[in-house]
Amino acid sequence: MTKTVTDVVCPFCGTLCDDLEVVVSDDGKQLLEVYNACAIGAEKFLHSQAEDRLTRPRLQQEDGSWKDVTYDEAIEYTAQMLASSTKPLMYGWSSTNCEAQGVGSEIGEITGAVMDNTATVCHGTSLIAVQDIGIPHCTLGEVKNRADRVVFWGCNPAHAHPRHMSRYSIFPRGFFTGKGHKGRKVIVIDPRKTDTANVADVHLQIEQGRDYELLDALRVAFKGLPLPDVVAGIPKEQIYEAAEVLKSGRFVIIFFGMGVTQSLGKNHNIDEAIAVTRDLNEYTKAAIMPMRGHYNVTGSGAVWGWQFGFPFAVDLSRGFARYNPGETTSNDLLRRGEVDSVFVLGSDPGAHFPFSSVKKISELPSVCIDPHQTPTTAVCKLHVPVAFVGVEIGGCAYRMDNVPIETRKVVEAPEGMMTDEEFLEKVLVRIKEIKGE
Amino acid sequence: METVTLTIKNQPSLYLEADNISPDAFAGKSAENIAALHAYEGNTQTTLGDHFEISGKGGATATETRIIVNGDVSKVKYIGMKMTGGEIVVNGNPDMYVGAWMQGGKITVKGNVDAFAGTGMKGGEIVIDGDAGNYLGAAYRGDWRGMQGGKITVKGNAGSDIGTFMNGGEIVIGGDVDVHVATHAEGGKIVVKGNAKSRVGGQMVEGEIIVFGDIEVMMPGFIYRKDVDLEVDGISARFALYEGDIGERHRKRKGEVIYGKLYQKY
Repeated sequence: MTKTVTDVVCPFCGTLCDDLEVVVSDDGKQLLEVYNACAIGAEKFLHSQAEDRLTRPRLQQEDGSWKDVTYDEAIEYTAQMLASSTKPLMYGWSSTNCEAQGVGSEIGEITGAVMDNTATVCHGTSLIAVQDIGIPHCTLGEVKNRADRVVFWGCNPAHAHPRHMSRYSIFPRGFFTGKGHKGRKVIVIDPRKTDTANVADVHLQIEQGRDYELLDALRVAFKGLPLPDVVAGIPKEQIYEAAEVLKSGRFVIIFFGMGVTQSLGKNHNIDEAIAVTRDLNEYTKAAIMPMRGHYNVTGSGAVWGWQFGFPFAVDLSRGFARYNPGETTSNDLLRRGEVDSVFVLGSDPGAHFPFSSVKKISELPSVCIDPHQTPTTAVCKLHVPVAFVGVEIGGCAYRMDNVPIETRKVVEAPEGMMTDEEFLEKVLVRIKEIKGE
Repeated sequence: METVTLTIKNQPSLYLEADNISPDAFAGKSAENIAALHAYEGNTQTTLGDHFEISGKGGATATETRIIVNGDVSKVKYIGMKMTGGEIVVNGNPDMYVGAWMQGGKITVKGNVDAFAGTGMKGGEIVIDGDAGNYLGAAYRGDWRGMQGGKITVKGNAGSDIGTFMNGGEIVIGGDVDVHVATHAEGGKIVVKGNAKSRVGGQMVEGEIIVFGDIEVMMPGFIYRKDVDLEVDGISARFALYEGDIGERHRKRKGEVIYGKLYQKY
């Protein structure tokens, strides 16, 4: 016999779908099938059942081979490494729950670490812009029920957030959007003809790296002022037309992704996009939202926001929180040799950081906490596998619109496996002992 | 004027935060007292004496104190932070935050500086013989008041994001600059004697930018108004005057809208 668990929350992307159905064996030890999820989300659940899954920590030996160790030995190793460091980097925090992020913050505070999350190579630039000029925000519920002008700028939800378009942004019929996608105008701004661009009413195929100029041109167009003949590869007539489409909507929502946050200008692109949104509010209602990637990267920003006042790149080394992306961001720290140990939890810098940074991680004392085997675990000295958050343990996660959603436990973790939070609690206790506090 | 000479003897294993290297902290102190001043390496507190050979003594006040820093200081941050008077000469390439939040006095660097030099500067003068990094004379993160006064002169090139949120003072770059010059500026003046790339004056409200060389991509929010003759740094020439960023908010004076001004030399 099997049983079906309904209303399961998907711990993959920032869309945090909460309508999944998962079939588990009667004893709750095996996860058999996943319904309603996208291909990536389903794979995340099913991967917890992988035959080759690691269930115990392992330590890399001199010759590159791995030796299994106990959780107690792993706790001791991690605690000693962090307690003896002058400036440890504690990176990741995006694929775990807020409870674990809270304990991690305490460890960071005691050890004088730099706390950084995946926003550093993702939407951190958006957070800089928000701090500079604020943000007109809304929830995805408002988008579903009200938005009739949808802009995707430098993002491709068709692949990165597969159910975003059907649940919130293009297709759903909401309270004031009874016609579904027929009542919405979709504008995609992307240098490539993406699958998202294929469903758009307007695709502005912008010249790579000229987003700032095009955004500025939109602001000029809103005011009806003169423009040069071509901006960012787009003829001015098309820009005036797009401006008119946006102004004529009842509710405009701008979604944006890596195409603008990590291309030339970075935070300035978002800064200008927020200014576009602000300007639009002179004519209609408009909001803007970053397409956050990891399912709880928003949560780690929220946790650190209330703990330290800054959402990422928090330097606690001198006992108070400092924040200056460009100095306290992971890649700058690694590249410049500003840290002397690396702790990674719930992220894979080995796959996403530049090679020079990954090389630095491999040269330093390093610990990686991750249920999977990843390029990061391959270069770290200690790999601690843990239970999957949102599959084998619940906990709080924040959706991309800053709505907290409690994820659910649907299946038992393999026997004797620790969770992120349990492991961090033990490390914290041990560090306090070492430091004599 | 009394002189204090610092020569680096022990390099930090990571980076040294030496915000005490300033005439204000050194004033009225002997070499011994200066050696006991704090510096930080990560979470560990050290002293200036741990890293520097120190000779001479501070003057009675900051204004009467001159500091000479010798050796490889490429891993030393915050030299001259918040200084109000006196002088610092760095014979080397210091790291980040040279003269950050500086209020008075003069810093001369006979080499290159890294990012964030002159962050949130209010007064005084910084002269850099070599190149400057990114965020020269910019605002600190989240601050809408960038450089408010004083003067920064760079003989070489500068990086990106110079003069962000600037609302006073002057920056002169002898060479080229990277993207984003005077973004969000509400005042002040930036002179670029070489070439600029793109995003010059984006979201600019007020202030002046003068570019002698090329601008690779002009902001769409800047409109050509007229030609003007100007004398800049002793050079008289004809410049094209552009006004903008017309997409941004602007105040009115006597019924006329005030824009940021961008001059480009013919």
